Amino acid sequence: MPSYELMVAAALVGALTFYLLFGGADFGAGIWTLFAMGRQGQPQRALIDQAIGPIWEANHVWLIIAVVILFTAFPPAFAVISIRLHIPLTVMLIGIVLRGTAFAIRTHDISSRSDGFTGAPPIWHRIFAWSSLITPTMLGIILGAIASGRASGPTDTIREAFVDPWLAPFSITVGVLATALVAYLAAVYLIMESSDPELRRLFRRRAVMSGILVIILAAIALFLTHDGAPEIYRGLVQTALGRATVVATALVHLAALWAVITARNLLARFLAGVGAVAILWGWALSQYPYLVEPSVTIYDAAPHSTLDILLASLLLGSIVLLPFLFYLYKLFKGDVLLHRHD
Amino acid sequence: MISDLIAARSQMAMSLGFHIVFAVLGIAMPVLMAAAEWRWLKTKDEAYLALAKRWSKGTAILFAVGAVSGTVLSFELGLLWPSFMERAGPVVGPLFGLEGFAFFTEAIFLGIYLYGWSRLPPRAHFIAGLIVAASGTASAMFIVTVNAWMNAPTGFDIVNGEITNVRPLVPFLHPFAFHETLHMLLAAFAATGLLVAGIHAFLLLRHPSNQFHKNALVIALVVGGIPAILQPASGDLIARAVADHQPAKLAAMEAHFVTEAGADFVLFGLPDVSSQTVDYAVVIPHGLSLLLHGNPHAIVPGLDQIPRQDWPPVAVTHVAFQVMVVCGLIMAGMTIWAGWRWWKGRLEEDRWLLRMLLATAPLGFIAIEAGWVVTEVGRQPWIIQGLMRTSQAVTPMPGLWIPMVTFSALYILLAGVVVWAIRRHIAATMAVSPDQGVGRDTA
Ligand code: HDD
Ligand code: HEM
Ligand code: HEM
Repeated sequence: MPSYELMVAAALVGALTFYLLFGGADFGAGIWTLFAMGRQGQPQRALIDQAIGPIWEANHVWLIIAVVILFTAFPPAFAVISIRLHIPLTVMLIGIVLRGTAFAIRTHDISSRSDGFTGAPPIWHRIFAWSSLITPTMLGIILGAIASGRASGPTDTIREAFVDPWLAPFSITVGVLATALVAYLAAVYLIMESSDPELRRLFRRRAVMSGILVIILAAIALFLTHDGAPEIYRGLVQTALGRATVVATALVHLAALWAVITARNLLARFLAGVGAVAILWGWALSQYPYLVEPSVTIYDAAPHSTLDILLASLLLGSIVLLPFLFYLYKLFKGDVLLHRHD
Repeated sequence: MISDLIAARSQMAMSLGFHIVFAVLGIAMPVLMAAAEWRWLKTKDEAYLALAKRWSKGTAILFAVGAVSGTVLSFELGLLWPSFMERAGPVVGPLFGLEGFAFFTEAIFLGIYLYGWSRLPPRAHFIAGLIVAASGTASAMFIVTVNAWMNAPTGFDIVNGEITNVRPLVPFLHPFAFHETLHMLLAAFAATGLLVAGIHAFLLLRHPSNQFHKNALVIALVVGGIPAILQPASGDLIARAVADHQPAKLAAMEAHFVTEAGADFVLFGLPDVSSQTVDYAVVIPHGLSLLLHGNPHAIVPGLDQIPRQDWPPVAVTHVAFQVMVVCGLIMAGMTIWAGWRWWKGRLEEDRWLLRMLLATAPLGFIAIEAGWVVTEVGRQPWIIQGLMRTSQAVTPMPGLWIPMVTFSALYILLAGVVVWAIRRHIAATMAVSPDQGVGRDTA
C-alpha cells in the first residue's frame, strides 16, 4: 500500500488537476473577453456568461481544497511557499478577488439579461478580462518557482529572499504557458457551447492559435529547465520515462489540434483536457518526492493521525460530493455535451 | 512606519472583518429565500415567488464577494502567519478540510439555485435552496470551531515544546466550540434578518400598501427576530465559557482590574489602564458575580492575577463588548415591539415601528464586528491561547504595510461597489411595481 504521504500528495495533485480543467477554463473564458468589448462583443460575452455562470463558484473551490490539503498535510511546504512567494501569491489573490466580483457584478446586475446585455458600466468587462489574465499567470509563476528550486535559495537580502525565488526566465515562462493553456482549454470548450456558426468558427480559430502557442511555450519551458529547474530537467530529459512522457504529451497535443481543425468537437475537448493534464502530471512526477525543490519533500508532513483524518474526510467528501457535481454539470452542460447543436 | 506585526494584524483583522459581513449574509439569505419560496409553494401566491427571485438576484453578488474574500483568507493564514499554520495545521487542518467540502456543496447548489429556476421542478429548486442554507451553516460551524480552538486549545500533548499525539477530532467536542458556534449562528440570522427587515420597512414607508414589502417584512422579522431574542442568553453562556478558559479576556471585557468577591458589573465607561479605573461607568453592585456564577458573592479573578505583559488591550476589549451588548439588547427589544404589534394586528401600519426598524437595521452587523474584536483583541498577546504569541507567528516578510494598504484600498473599493450594486437592486424594486416584471428577469 502506498504511504499516507503519497496518497495525500496524490490528492493534492488531483485537486490541482480539477482546478486546471474546470477553474482554469473559466479563467480562459475570461481572457477571451479581452477581445469581446463593446457592442459587437455582446454575443461572445453572452456565450461566456452562459458557459461559466452556473459553475464557476464550484470550479473555484478546487483551489481552496488544494490549499487546505497543503497546509493541513504539509505545513513546512506551505510555510516556505507562502513566505518566499508572498509577492506573486498576493497579486494572484487580488486577481481572484477582482475576477469574481467583476463577473458577479456584470452578470447579476439588475439590468443584465441572458442575451449578454448588461447595464453595468463597461469597466466591469475590462476588470473581469484583465484579472482573468493575471491570475493564471501568477499561479503559473508560483508553480514554476516551486519547481525551480529557487525558493530554497539564500535569504540575505530582501531581493534574494522575496524576489529572486520567482523572478526568473523559467518561472515567467511557466506563467505565460499556464495562461496560454487555460485560454486554449476555454477556446476548445467554447466551440461546443455555442450554436451560432459564426461564434463556433471564431473560437475554433482561436483554439488553433492558442494551441500552437501552448506547444511553443511548453517547448521553451522544457528548454529552460536545463538552467532554470535542474531537478525537472533531470526528471523529464535525462530519464527514459521522462522522455517518453514528453513525447506522449506532445503527441496528445498534436492530436488535439487535429481534432479541433477537423471539427471533432467532443474528441477535441477530451484530448485538449488530456494534454493539459499531461503537462501538469509531467511536472508533478518529475518533481516527486519534492514538494518544494530541493528542500521539502512530501515526507515533511503532519503526523499520521492527522493524515488519517484528512484522507478519511477527503474520501467521504468525494463520495458525497461527486454525484452532486455530476448533477450540476448534467443540469447545465447536458444538452451541450449531447450534441444538441451538431 | 508601522511595524510589520501591526501591519499583519491589521490586514488580518480587515480581511476577516470584510469577509464576515458576506459570510453572514451567505448563511442567512438562503433561509430568507427558502422561506419565501416555501410560502409560494404553500399559497401559490406569485408575490412570494417574485420576492424569492428578487432576493436571490441581489444575493448572487454577495455570494461571489464572500467566496473570493474567503479565498484570500485561506491564503492569508500562510502569508501572514506561517508559523501559526505550521503548528496549528495538523490539529485544526481537518476542520478546514471539512469546511472545504461544505463550501463545495454550497457552491454547487448555489449554481443550481441561481440558474435553475426554469430547469428544475419547483420542489427540487426549493430543496436546492435549503441545501445552500445548510452548507453555509455548516461552514460557519467548522470555521468558528477553529477559532474556539485558538481560544481554548485541546486535542494534542506538548512534549519538549513540540505538539504531539494529535487528536484532530477533539476540538469539535470542546464546550467552547459549542457555545461560540451557537452564538455566531444566532448572530448571523439576527443581523441579516433585521437588516432586511429594515430595508423593507423603509420601502413600506414609501409605499404603505405594498403587499410585496409586507410579505418581505414579516418573513425577515421571523427569521431575524427569534434569534435576536435568544442571543442575550447565548451571550451569557459564552461569557461563562470565557470566564473558565480565558480569565484575562473576561477581566478585560468587564474592565475588572482587581480580584474580588461580589464583583460589580461595569456598564459603559472608558477604562484607564494607568489608574486602573473606569471613567463614566454605570456600576451594578455584585452584578458580575451574579451573572457569571449565579451567586452575588462569588469570587471573580481580575487583571491583577495576570502578569502585566499578558494583558490584552483593556479599553478596546471593554468598549467593544459594551457595544455588542447594547446592540443585542436593542435588537431584542425591537423584536419584542414588532411581535407585540403583530399580535395586535397590522404590523405595517405602525410608522414609528417602521422608522425604528430602519434606524436599527445595521446594529446586528455592528455587533458582529464588535464581537469579533472582543474575541480576537481580547485573546492578545496570544494567537493560540497560552501556547503561541502573535509576535512569534508573524511572517518574516518585510514591508508588510504594502499588502496591508493594497488590500485595504481594494476592500474599501469593493465595499463601495457592493453598496452601489445593492442600491441598484433596491431602486429597481421601488421603480417597478413588483407584480409585473420582477418574475421575468431572472428566468
Ligand atoms: C448580532 C450579533 C451579536 C449580538 C446581538 C451579540 N453578540 Fe456576542 N458575539 C457576536 C455577535 C453578537 C459574534 C460576532 O458573533 C461573536 C464573536 C465570536 C463569536 O463566536 O461570536 C460574539 C462574541 C461574544 C463573546 C466573546 C466570546 C469569545 O471571546 O470567544 C461574548 C462573551 C459575547 N459575545 C456575549 C454577548 C452578550 C452577553 C450579548 C448580549 C446581548 C451578545 N453577545 C450579543
Ligand atoms: C470573522 C470574523 C473575525 C474577525 C472580524 C476577526 C478579527 C480579528 C482582529 C480584530 C484581529 C487582530 C487582533 C489584534 O490586533 O489585537 C484578528 C487577528 C487574527 N484572527 Fe481573527 N477575527 C475573526 C475570525 C477569526 C477566525 C474564525 C479565525 C480562525 C481561523 C481568526 C484568526 C485570526 C488570526 C490568525 C489573527 C492574527 C493573530 C492575532 O492578532 O490574534 N479570526 N482577527
Ligand atoms: C467566523 C468567521 C467565518 C464565518 C462565519 C465564515 C463563513 C463562511 C460562509 C458561510 C461562506 C460561504 C458563503 C459565501 O460564499 O458568502 C464562507 C466563504 C468562505 N470562507 Fe469563510 N467564514 C469565516 C471565516 C473564514 C476564515 C478565517 C477563512 C480562512 C481560512 C474563511 C475561508 C472561506 C473561503 C475560502 C470561502 C469561499 C468558499 C467558496 O468558494 O464558496 N472563512 N465563509
